Amino acid sequence: MFSVNFAIIFPFIIAALVPFLYRRIKFVHIGWFVMLVPITLFILLARLIPSVASGKTFFHTYNWIPSLDINFTTYLDGLSMIFGLLITGVGSLVILYSIFYLSTKESLQHFYSYLLLFMGAMLGVVFSDNLMVLYVFWELTSVSSFLLIAFWNHRKASRQGAQKAMLITVSGGVAMLVGFIMLHTMTGTFSVREIVLSIRDFTDHTLFLPTMILVLLGAFTKSAQFPFHIWLPDAMEAPTPVSAYLHSATMVKAGIYLVARFTPVFGGDQVWFWSVSVIGMMTMFWGSFNAVRQPDLKALLAYSTISQLGLIMSLLGLGSIALNIGYSADSIIYTQATFAALFHLINHSTFKGALFMVVGIVDHELGTRDIRRLGGLFTLMPFTFTIAVIGGLSMAGLPPFNGFLSKEMFFAATVQISNADVFSLQTFGVIFPIVAWIASIFTFVYCLIFIIKTFLGPAQPEKLDKPIHEAPVGMLISPLILCAFVVGIFFFPDLLGKYILQPSMASVYPTFGDPKELTPSIYAWHGFNAELMMTIGVIVIGALLYNQLKKWKPVYGLFSQKYTFNMLYNSMLSSTEKGSTIVTKGYMTGFLRDYLVYIFVFFIVTVGGFLFYSGAFSIDISTDASIRVYEAILVGVMAVAAVAMLFAKSRITATLLNGVLGYSIAIFFVIFRAPDLALTQLVVESVTTALFLLCFYFLPEWKRETSSSKTKLTNAIVSIGVGVVVMLVAFSVLNYEKFETISRYFENAYELAGGANIVNAILGDFRGFDTMLEVVVLFIAGLGIFTMIKLRAKKEDADIEN
Amino acid sequence: METLIIILIGILTAVATYLILSRNIIRVILGTAVFSHAVHLLILTMGGLKKGSVPLLKEADAPYTDALPQALILTAIVISFAVTAFILVLAYRAYQDLGSDDLHALRGTNDE
Repeated sequence: MFSVNFAIIFPFIIAALVPFLYRRIKFVHIGWFVMLVPITLFILLARLIPSVASGKTFFHTYNWIPSLDINFTTYLDGLSMIFGLLITGVGSLVILYSIFYLSTKESLQHFYSYLLLFMGAMLGVVFSDNLMVLYVFWELTSVSSFLLIAFWNHRKASRQGAQKAMLITVSGGVAMLVGFIMLHTMTGTFSVREIVLSIRDFTDHTLFLPTMILVLLGAFTKSAQFPFHIWLPDAMEAPTPVSAYLHSATMVKAGIYLVARFTPVFGGDQVWFWSVSVIGMMTMFWGSFNAVRQPDLKALLAYSTISQLGLIMSLLGLGSIALNIGYSADSIIYTQATFAALFHLINHSTFKGALFMVVGIVDHELGTRDIRRLGGLFTLMPFTFTIAVIGGLSMAGLPPFNGFLSKEMFFAATVQISNADVFSLQTFGVIFPIVAWIASIFTFVYCLIFIIKTFLGPAQPEKLDKPIHEAPVGMLISPLILCAFVVGIFFFPDLLGKYILQPSMASVYPTFGDPKELTPSIYAWHGFNAELMMTIGVIVIGALLYNQLKKWKPVYGLFSQKYTFNMLYNSMLSSTEKGSTIVTKGYMTGFLRDYLVYIFVFFIVTVGGFLFYSGAFSIDISTDASIRVYEAILVGVMAVAAVAMLFAKSRITATLLNGVLGYSIAIFFVIFRAPDLALTQLVVESVTTALFLLCFYFLPEWKRETSSSKTKLTNAIVSIGVGVVVMLVAFSVLNYEKFETISRYFENAYELAGGANIVNAILGDFRGFDTMLEVVVLFIAGLGIFTMIKLRAKKEDADIEN
Repeated sequence: METLIIILIGILTAVATYLILSRNIIRVILGTAVFSHAVHLLILTMGGLKKGSVPLLKEADAPYTDALPQALILTAIVISFAVTAFILVLAYRAYQDLGSDDLHALRGTNDE
């Protein structure tokens, strides 16, 4: 049996190998090899569908940092199965498509490395049971998305779009991390399964609400929910296969996954219900409303994706109410919202993936995706047109396509929720069907725009750079397969329901007994009921609005461009940059002296402050050794010599005074029974003094310090502060007797190392490795000195030095 | 004795700090040299002074004075010599190429 951990690691390994493969394989597009990865994983996962459908789950763990409760634990259940299949399935199709979309002149080794990196990270997100590991993969998807959006990094818009996506999703991710840590504080575990089991004891915890909000922030930013949706349209600068894969089918659904995964944790709470469903509804409306006015086909699809993500999100919110009511015959009806959410999640990936590929084909073959320059393509691009119609009508919610089924279930769920009698829904619940209906009208309108403005009407070949022609077969295979799913799911929805959706319902509602009860039979025809009436209304009003588009489009002009969320984002970004520049310039003065003052003041404050704070300071002079007269004289000489250095008029005097200090220390070494040190010190001090004098020959005469008296005073205070702190520390250490000395060990030097001179034995034997590295330091310093003296820049390199 | 030496260490450290904060590069280098003197004395003092005989097993009798600080200082002397030599030559080279020994003048351009 294959381990799910392998499925996560496998793409990463291949991602590392792709650049090497790319260099070897010149004769064929590297994408063919890369495609094998998702196909393999898809097959491996698909083989597990029957056992997962029968209620089995797969759990595998590798201990990573058990002391911190962080383990590489994977958990395959119904919910992660859906996402795993989407990631690998859509991934295979997108790579197949990209083989024909990207020419071999592009830096394919980067593209496919990033894509595999993303695939591994995304699989990691959906299969990880440990929240910390999930978080790492979560941020990795943001990073790989950043790399892929900025794939054409010579374009400014690409770089900015990548930055925007990165900033928004990563800040949400950090909020989520804090939420995860709070969860751990509450429940004592990072495992999602264990949290689900134990969370009922913590619903009154003070951290419960903040945790929920932080986790939701992560989900909302990732899934481009209002008002964080602004990054998704800008992310469309990525190559179209990437948009189809990351920014419609998989990555943006990570937020949906998170909300679904955490529904058993937080679901049932009123705040969760209202925030998820209302934010979802707002996103759905705002996305569809804005999609209508986009002249760029890809931007239209981006806003449509935002809208559809909002739809799925709001359904998950509506479905969470069942957990509040508890498991009963009445509450089953509310779980249908969650069922619809998961169903629409799959449907959306199929039709939106196909539509993105259509836009990619149009852009690739005709050089534009501006609907004002397009039109009348259907006669010359019949296959592309067919795909667009199937995908578009499915998105609009028309039969016989899968979008119709999930859209009807969505309407049914909103009507159902307005009749619920918890959370004061009897008063406010009615907004759900109304907003859903209005948003669906706009959805219908932009679907019509997508199909009609691009493919019908008069052709405008004079506005195009290239002649109109059908795409190569290779580019049509992937969208056609997706279209087969769009139609196939409509006719055989129960197959999907039984094998894929039913086990995932068990993941969202683990306490609700038999998942079979939660899985309704999906019917295309269910009589003249409220949802069918709503669909008919959408078609009628939508067609009318499309017809009268010119008359009401000026509505969009009413929104001032000054107060958009994009402007808010831009001004925040620029003011942060300005603010940090001011702060940085304030202390990064470029003067060595200032930086040293920071270091010294920090030393005084922390070390001195700690001594004061901890009360560690102590003086005990009773154990001192005796002082002889000549020793006191020597100390006096050194003190005078040191202070005199400060006032030395010439550099020679200062250097000689330094020599006085050095030789005096050598004498102290003799007094303190350290003959080796005394010898070394004498030699080194002589050489150092000579070296100073040698350098003076090449350096200018010592000028008077011209610093202001204020600077000098600061320097003096800092210096005295450092001196005092060092003294205090020395006193405290001297009398610190808590540890046994380790020096007695070395007195066994003759038996252990065969040396009678203990100091030499330590240097040459006990700490021989240390001494060897010391020699390396000497060697490096010597090399540096040699280079600095001997090497000169050549004339032509002269400006490098400046 | 220890108290006296510690006070001396304090003076040396203060002097070294003041020198390091100067503008003249030679004073900075001298400051680092004085700093290493202070630190050598500090390490030695922390091991206790005059607590035993010379740490030569064949030449003297126990108790021996603490040999570990001595070994550390020996390493430190050599390293500080290497560093002093290195920055002296660095100052020399900087003066050769840039024509100044004033750290304010060596600051670089303003628009960075």
